[in-house]
Parts: sequence; structure tokens; C-alpha cells
Amino acid sequence: MTNLSPERQRAMLRRMITIRRFEEIASEKFRSGDIYGVVHSYAGEEAIAVGVCEALRDGDQIISTHRGHGHCIAKGADLNRMMAELYGRADGYCKGKGGSMHIADFSIGMLGANGIVAGGISIITGAGLAAQMDGNGAVAVGFFGDGASNAGPFHESINIAAAWKLPVIYVCENNQWAVNVPALESVATPNVADRAKGYGIPGIIVDGNDVFAVHNAAVDAIARARAGQGPTIIEAKTYRHRRHTERLDQPDARPSEEVNAWLQEDKDPIQRMITTLQMQEDLLPPTVLENLKTVVENELAEAVSFAEKSPFPTKESALQDVFAE
Amino acid sequence: MTEMKELSYVDAIIEGIAEEMVVDPKIFHMSTEAPRRLQEEFGFPRVRQTPIAESALTGMAIGAAAGGYRPIVDWRLVTFCFVAMDQIVNQAAKIHYMFGGQTRFPLVFRTTVGGGTRRAAQHSQSPYSMFMQLTGLKLVLPSTPADAKGLIKTAIRDDNPVVFFEAGRLGGVKGPIPNGDVSIPFGKADVKREGKDVTVVALAWMVHEALAAAEELSKQGIEVEVIDPRTLVPLDIETIRSSVFKTGHLVIADEAPAAASVSADIAARIVEDAASFEALKAPISRVTGLDAPIPYSPSLEDYVFPDRSRIIEAIRRIL
Ligand SMILES: Cc1ncc(C[n+]2csc(CCOP(=O)(O)OP(=O)(O)O)c2C)c(N)n1
Ligand SMILES: [Mg+2]
Repeated sequence: MTNLSPERQRAMLRRMITIRRFEEIASEKFRSGDIYGVVHSYAGEEAIAVGVCEALRDGDQIISTHRGHGHCIAKGADLNRMMAELYGRADGYCKGKGGSMHIADFSIGMLGANGIVAGGISIITGAGLAAQMDGNGAVAVGFFGDGASNAGPFHESINIAAAWKLPVIYVCENNQWAVNVPALESVATPNVADRAKGYGIPGIIVDGNDVFAVHNAAVDAIARARAGQGPTIIEAKTYRHRRHTERLDQPDARPSEEVNAWLQEDKDPIQRMITTLQMQEDLLPPTVLENLKTVVENELAEAVSFAEKSPFPTKESALQDVFAE
Repeated sequence: MTEMKELSYVDAIIEGIAEEMVVDPKIFHMSTEAPRRLQEEFGFPRVRQTPIAESALTGMAIGAAAGGYRPIVDWRLVTFCFVAMDQIVNQAAKIHYMFGGQTRFPLVFRTTVGGGTRRAAQHSQSPYSMFMQLTGLKLVLPSTPADAKGLIKTAIRDDNPVVFFEAGRLGGVKGPIPNGDVSIPFGKADVKREGKDVTVVALAWMVHEALAAAEELSKQGIEVEVIDPRTLVPLDIETIRSSVFKTGHLVIADEAPAAASVSADIAARIVEDAASFEALKAPISRVTGLDAPIPYSPSLEDYVFPDRSRIIEAIRRIL
């Protein structure tokens, strides 16, 4: 349960729907050839990004992974510039130099998606160090997967953050698979959060498809961090709705019964939130929900049209921004 | 000119850092072993002694730089930075460009390179040319205390990731330090000795070997011009070209092995430029380390490393 105002709850729902629809459109535009390379869909995991980012304030920073669209949207990134980046256009966030795996918006404290598994974990730890030295109570949040939790940067960084009491929240999105490797076979402890004991910090496990559970855990961890008590690991149990990437030429090893079970409405984070809101009188009348969906649809149609109209970058720009002047 | 003081190469670097830290409170220094002078003068939190976690420290520098700080991370031996290769190659070198130039990452990685210290293969490496391939890192390699001090100041003030290579073997070597706030721009080679007969481009320790060779040859009437590029990215090829126009002969001396090296790059840039190619009166000659991991035994290490006598041989060969 939550004590967030109805407006904030509806705003969170809207963000989750925006992420889902953004990902559906990205898949579609990937298949049609408008988006190149590789796209990792965040569909099914929306409650984590939205639940955590709702607990942040301006000045707080986050870092993302290869599966980064949801984190961008949850932190308030501009949909037009995101879509234009996926389209490889000049008006994209990175002027067409990054693409799906490298969207960043430093002006809102989104330090970037990252093509290297676990690559962001130490960078966000440094952002936490900067916040601690600034002494302004800001926090830093690192999102990463179950697969990343097996890599060196996780362990090195969390040890330093714990030893130095850095204001960092490490959010493991345990979708139970790293490409085709199940976490059950690759994570040595039953839960990623169990490892927190090894660093002497709290390790919290939450239902990652329950946006309010995620939000509550984030609020607690952020309060601890702001109070100078150091980092927390939050492990959000979830599942990705789609295969590892949108490329169909790669196998999906997940058993279809498992996938189907997670695709049911009672597991879907968005459907679950809608049900929760509808159980409370007046929180989400059908017309309000329809309205909200229409607004999202219009915004995304606008983003696609913005991307389509944006020019491809000039050749000359390929040699710009190699160094800061 | 006012009277100059003397400092060792390492002390000159630390003095440069200390002077910059006084001026700019955003600078801080992290290493697994903190330099004593900085610790005494600034202390925690600006001078941090850290866990042995080079990969995390390298990434943390990037995150802190994004947050408006100017971190300096001392990897210590270049050997130890290889555990941080992801953060160097995939993150630091690319992050400004890949995100469309949104934010600056002013940070300095200090690290010692080079052999000649009987510390065997892992602790005697000179892999700076590997970093030249990355595009996105500025690379510094000074050969004197004065250059080291002037260049570390520029490195700290630069808004990009800079790898500041320090020649380990030169650490204790003393030299005069100009008074005042003297910084040295990147991309400006220094002519360490003028000469009309042959150009020797040398790096780090080899600068001193080349100067010794020049001294020796001048007794026999051969005038050697010794050029120290000082920064590898950006590389001041123009100064080398002008010297080649004058002498018509080029020797390049570096203790790193010849394959895909700074010496290979300089040679290519000279011969692919028509005017420089025309000016050459003889083939370019390279004096480099041999193709072996650096061995421990003095008799072996001294064989693998180039020195003044090999520079003299090379000069004789092409003159
Ligand atoms: C260092 C590194 N190794 C391998 C890869 C290839 N790779 C991309 S995503 C991925 C799986 C990551 O799994 P997880 O951390 O659980 O994140 P998820 O994809 O489940 O969100 C792998 C192995 C990579 N990008 N970086
Ligand atoms: Mg996973």
C-alpha cells in the first residue's frame, strides 16, 4: 500500500504505460527497419524504474543498462529526443551517435544507458561520491541486472560505497535471466540481496512488479542514504516480457510455460497497478484511464513523427565531440 | 630570469597537483597508496587512500567528473590499470562522444610506465600506443621534472580524460623547475637539443639516452637534434616534420616494442606526407625494445632495452 496522492499514483501509471507503449513502438520500428542495431525491451519491468524514480528528487542521479529506455522515461527524459536517437537522427539525445544502448540526459541526472554489463555500477558510485562531497543530500541510483551482479564492478563498487557510506542505492532488476543463462544457475546465493551481508549493508527483496512495494523500498533506502547511513541493495524480482533483444535470429531459452505465466494479467505490473487503483473508489474511473492512454498515444505518435522529421546527422559531425573543446 | 629550484620528477608532479588543488577545490586524488605530501597538505576527503579496486576507482572518477569534480586517480603501475580496461576503453574514452558531447569528463589517470628497473615482465611495461588507438583520451609522457610539472597542470585543467604516463625510471631524477605557475600546452613537442645532421625523436627515458648519444656524436662532428613530443595525443608532428626538413634523417627511439607503436605511427606520418618523404635522404630508423616480455635478469633486460649505444648505431647506419 502507499500514501502517495491520487495524482501521483496516476502519474506513475501514466509513466508505466508510456514505457510499455514506447517499447512496443520501438519493437515495431525495429522490425520495420527504422531503428537499427539492437533494442532491448524493458516491457514487464516498468514498475521498478517508475517506483524508484518517483522516490527521487531533482539533483538525484541514476545510471542505466543496455535495457535503458524505461529508466530514461521514468527519470523524465524527453520522448521526442529519445525516439530520434533510436532513429539515429541529428535531434536525438546523442545527435545520433549513441542509439538505443547509449541514451543519456545529464541535465536531468540520467547518466546514461550502457552497453557493458555492470559498466555503470562504478560510475554511479562515483556520482554518489560527488554527491557526498557536495553535501547537499543528493543520492545516486544504479540500475543493473541479475547477470551484472555476478561481475566484478558490483563487488568492488559496493564494498567502497559501504566502507565510505556513499549515498548510493543499488537496484538489481532480477528478471531471472541474463540472455539465456538463468540466475538460478549463475547467482551463487538464492537472492542477489543476500550478498548485502558481505558488505554490512541492508539487502532488501521486493516484488518488482508491484510498483508500490518498489517505491516503499526505494523511499526507505533513499532516506538512509540521505541521512549519511550509506548504500542499500534493493533486489526487485521481475521478468522480461520479451526475448533478450528484439532480434529474432537469436534463440530464447526460457521455457514457454514460464514466459506465459509471467505474461498473465495478474503478474503484469501495469495491470496490477490498474487493478489496485480501481479497487479504491474514484481513483481511476474508466474514462480517466482511457484519457490517460490517449494522451500517451498522442505523445508517442508525436515522438515518432519528430524522429521521422529529424534529419540524419551530417558526415562532418562524425568527427565532432571527440574531445570537449 | 629568477633563480630556479630543483625537484625530482615525481616531486615535480606532486607539486603541480598541489598547486592546482589549492586553486580548484573540485580536484581530488584517489589511489591505493596516497602521496604523503598531498595527504599532509590536503588530507581526507580530497586525498583518499582507497581499497585495491582499480576498476571501481576508474569508473568512480568518471561518475564524479560528471558531477562537476576533477578527479585524479593514480593507478600506480600501468600494470594495474589492465583490470580497469572496461572503464578506460569502453567508458572514459567514449563517453563524451557517445552521448553527443552532452557533458565534460575532466579527469586525470596517473600511471607509471617503463622498465629498466629489474622488476620483470609485469612491472616493466610501456603500453602507451595501445591507448592511442582508443580515440578520446589525451596522452602525456614527460621526460623531465619541469615538463612533468607543467604538463600535469595542463592535464588537470583539461576538460577531457587524460592519461598521464610517468616514466617510472625517471621518478627520482632531479631537474630545474621554473618558478611560478608554468603550465605547458598539449601538442607542443620540445626540441631538447638542436642539431643539423639527424633528428632523433625520443620518448621518456630515451630522451636522456638520445641526449647522451648526441653529446658523444658531437665530439665526432655529428650534430643531433633531439625532439621530445611530450604528448602522444595530441601529437605534434609539425615540429618533427620541420626538423626532418632540416636534417633529412630520422631516428625514433622508444623502449616500447616496434609493432603498432608510437615509433611506427611517427614513421608512417612522416613518409605519408609527400614533402617530408622527399626531404628524407635515408630510410627512417627505429630504436625500440625487442619483442619479448621484459625479462628480469640484468643481462637479459639490458639486451632487450634500447640504449644510447643503439641510438648511435642507428644514426651511423643512416648517415
Ligand atoms: C561485459 C559484458 N559481457 C557480455 C555482454 C553481452 N550481454 C549483453 S546483455 C547481457 C545479459 C545481461 O543480463 P542482466 O544483467 O541480467 O540484464 P538483463 O538483460 O536481464 O536486463 C549480456 C551477457 C555485455 N554487454 N557486456
Ligand atoms: Mg537479467
